[in-house]
Amino acid sequence: MNVPDSLTGELARAYPVDDADLARLHRQLTAAAADAGVLDVAYRTVDSLVGPLLLAATDAGLVRIAFAVEDHDKVLQGLADRVSPRVLAAPERLDVVARELEEYFSGRRHEFDLALDWRLSAGFRREILGHIRDIGYGHTATYASLAREAGNPKAVRAVGGACATNPLPVVVPCHRVLRTDGTLGGYVGGLDAKRALLGLEAAA
Amino acid sequence: MSDKRPFDAVVAEHGATVLRVCRVVLGPVDADDAWSETFLAALKAYPALPADANVEAWLVTIAHRKAIDITRARARRAVPVADPPDAAKAVDAQSRDLDLADAVARLPHKQKRAVVYHYLAGLPYAEVAALMGGTAEAARRAAADGVHALRENYPGLSI
Repeated sequence: MNVPDSLTGELARAYPVDDADLARLHRQLTAAAADAGVLDVAYRTVDSLVGPLLLAATDAGLVRIAFAVEDHDKVLQGLADRVSPRVLAAPERLDVVARELEEYFSGRRHEFDLALDWRLSAGFRREILGHIRDIGYGHTATYASLAREAGNPKAVRAVGGACATNPLPVVVPCHRVLRTDGTLGGYVGGLDAKRALLGLEAAA
Repeated sequence: MSDKRPFDAVVAEHGATVLRVCRVVLGPVDADDAWSETFLAALKAYPALPADANVEAWLVTIAHRKAIDITRARARRAVPVADPPDAAKAVDAQSRDLDLADAVARLPHKQKRAVVYHYLAGLPYAEVAALMGGTAEAARRAAADGVHALRENYPGLSI
């Protein structure tokens, strides 16, 4: 007997599933996964001064912040590959992060008080990011000064590499790192984002 | 991308189909529980799933087992009073294709599952047979008989 694919469509219409049902089931799944200890990577997106940001956390803390130019789908795939494929949207697990970022972008917060999961950075890059974290709000450093601080004055390009691959931009403020001549250099979120963050902090 | 997709993408792609399968097999009341248990079990097992696995067939297999568990649990605690079909009808009444859902509900157990697993969930007959027991040929025949019965009971079927 020859049955066209249309039966598949008719059956699907005979059992309508609406988005609200799936959203409710997804929330229940997320809660059950957290209870069972199998929500390895929780994520959400937030709107910000510098466009939509993807926020991802593990049990250890915030593991990734990503700009739209990094391609959020690609970033999620990277998290699945490098951390765990058990990745679920779980906005409530990132409420504190979202609130602190909102306070930062509105100029009310100058320091982040968040647990960070550093597993996506290692070695010299990880060390550089540690120094970058110490650059205070509204201050700047240079790629060269950070290389000196790390005890390797010739590693200026490596400092640039650490910034370009910073898994936690904004919170680990690599936007505060400039060239020695005062020009911007590069930025993982694009130069407009770097300008916007520096402008925000200069205004305070 | 050779590695596994984020689990959220699996839920987004297959969530609706698995919910439909659960609703057909269990009715709307228990379907939510079956869906939740299916995806939680799938999430736990996901890292060990071979990268080339048929994810939908895998999910439907889990849903099939969860449906059996729920049916057994329901039978154990069942008090023989008024029947669940009323509850099913109340929810189904919102659907545009009431008659087709009714016709599916009236199919014999085996035909119903064969139709749902093959036509709704898109499983090949070999996978359907692996779920229900028997041969792929028997699964194909059960699905064909089911479609034949649907045509008889639901003339609106456009096939």
